[in-house]
Amino acid sequence: MTSKTTRSKVIEAEKLGLTFDANDGPVHALKDVDLAIEKGDFVSFIGPSGCGKTTLLRVIADLEHPTAGSITVNGMTPEQARLERAYGYVFQAPALLAWRTIERNIGLPLEIMGLSAAEKADRVARTLELVGLDGFGRKFPWQLSGGMQQRASIARALAFDADLLLMDEPFGALDEIVRDHLNEQLLQLWKKTGKTICFVTHSIPEAVYLSNKIVVMSPRPGRVTDIIESDLPAERPLDIRESKRFLEIAQRVRTGLREGHSYE
Amino acid sequence: MTGFQRTIASLGGAAGLAAMVLAITDLGTSGIGLILGGILLAGVGLRHRTGVMPQARLDLAASLGGMVLLLSMLDGDMPAASWPLLIACWLVGWLAVEKSLAARDMSPTMSSIVSLAVPVFFGAWIIFVWEMLTVGLQVPTVLLPPPSMIAVRFAESTSILWADFQQTVIKAALSGYIIGCGSAFIIAILIDRVPFLQRGLLPVGNFISALPIVGIAPIMVMWFGFDWQSKAAVVVVMTFFPMLVNTVAGLQATQAMERDLLRTYASSYFQLLLKLRLPTAAPFIFNALKINSTLALIGAIVAEFFGTPIVGLGFRISTEVGRMNVDMVWAEIVVAALAGSLSYGLLSLLEKQVTFWHPSNRRKIQ
Repeated sequence: MTSKTTRSKVIEAEKLGLTFDANDGPVHALKDVDLAIEKGDFVSFIGPSGCGKTTLLRVIADLEHPTAGSITVNGMTPEQARLERAYGYVFQAPALLAWRTIERNIGLPLEIMGLSAAEKADRVARTLELVGLDGFGRKFPWQLSGGMQQRASIARALAFDADLLLMDEPFGALDEIVRDHLNEQLLQLWKKTGKTICFVTHSIPEAVYLSNKIVVMSPRPGRVTDIIESDLPAERPLDIRESKRFLEIAQRVRTGLREGHSYE
Repeated sequence: MTGFQRTIASLGGAAGLAAMVLAITDLGTSGIGLILGGILLAGVGLRHRTGVMPQARLDLAASLGGMVLLLSMLDGDMPAASWPLLIACWLVGWLAVEKSLAARDMSPTMSSIVSLAVPVFFGAWIIFVWEMLTVGLQVPTVLLPPPSMIAVRFAESTSILWADFQQTVIKAALSGYIIGCGSAFIIAILIDRVPFLQRGLLPVGNFISALPIVGIAPIMVMWFGFDWQSKAAVVVVMTFFPMLVNTVAGLQATQAMERDLLRTYASSYFQLLLKLRLPTAAPFIFNALKINSTLALIGAIVAEFFGTPIVGLGFRISTEVGRMNVDMVWAEIVVAALAGSLSYGLLSLLEKQVTFWHPSNRRKIQ
């Protein structure tokens, strides 16, 4: 535990709440969320749809504004953090621009930041290699498979080179084989770069396999019901998913999900 | 060969046979040429029943040969056998086109030649049939002059046509088009930026687009004089609204996720506009540019009906029609059609270059 106290907090939320005004009354997308994420964490947010996990990620990214409580990102408000380009964001869909090649798509954030052409080319080449897409830089997004497109969108978030990576169900639309492969690659990437990663998912095995911290959420109102620290070893081959410890953690996540969920 | 192709081939052969029989029974007026032509087309059409020498170019050659034969004997009193021969040429030519379009094992250059040749062949056929019917059936030239007569008139009056073209197409239509589309584009961006304008200007644009051209044109003549400036003003009014509406719609066509993405990059308004919203709007904008290219020409021509110096496509059409010089009217129509098709074609070409990524254009890159 001593190592943890020395690590700095990347995200701190206290009594965070977000209420949407719908036609049939207010919707509590988030309510009383307390959360602390430390530097280098791989945190998964898991829960049924409507539990506010994506909303929470969007609040961190300053794409939604909380209506109650407080939240800081790198010690700043989310807006300041966004303007400082403190995070890279990976969406549910690749959201690659069809008129740009993969290279130029990955270079888009760098272009907006105003980096020099040489620096840009260097970073694009580096991140393409990191996600295993070297040789595909000149292709257009619609010439690649869905899995490759999503990897390109991860490369785009990485090229940004922020210490914080926010990922919103990035592999949700992919088949299981591609998903396994990308999960493995993502873990290696995390080890290699030491980034802080917030990862939204609704798959229990994915959450347990990837994270060192699992935030279990439940809907109506969206809230955190359990935070599980995983003690799985850093080295995680795919078959760790059959190990006893893995299944125990998965069981605890499942119980947490069930408790938070009402079937009335 | 498909059943459909076989049917066309048989019908073409039968028509050739009929031409041959008619020409033999009426040998005095038909001459030996029509008999040979009938035999040729009957043979080419009916050979498909046997399967020997199935090449499409044989059909094409027979069809063209028949056409040349018919043209060579074209006058006001065509023998009866020439009509079945015309039908035979048409069917066999159709068969040739069908077969070359269906061919699988073609080199890329060959297939691009075919895709270019088909519309040319089709257009030539329309002109050929037009010529045959107007001359062969002695249609009064005031109703419909034959293409040959229009062509002669065109060749004789190139200097007048060129002056009219400059006046109406270059000065009036083109300048009006550029001002109309350009101002609508800029105002669309302003509308998108300022919600107040969206409430106020869009209905006004809607109102302007509903104004009838016959009402605007005389008013513009009062405002801007008889020369091309008043015609350009009419074109500005006509092209403004389609461009405005399409650009506004295009600017709103981005997806929420893409906008969020650029927001996470803390991009400025202009970066968002240039890197995401204008490229997304490009297909919409090109749509408006293409619609407007034909609208501008129509507007400039019709506006000349309401007062003009003694030059211009619209002026010439309205005066020559009054003097029963219908061939000159058609020559002017040819100029307008060429200008319209050319500008539309150039815009389409440019569109394919700019919006190559759009799903409707992707096939060509992959």
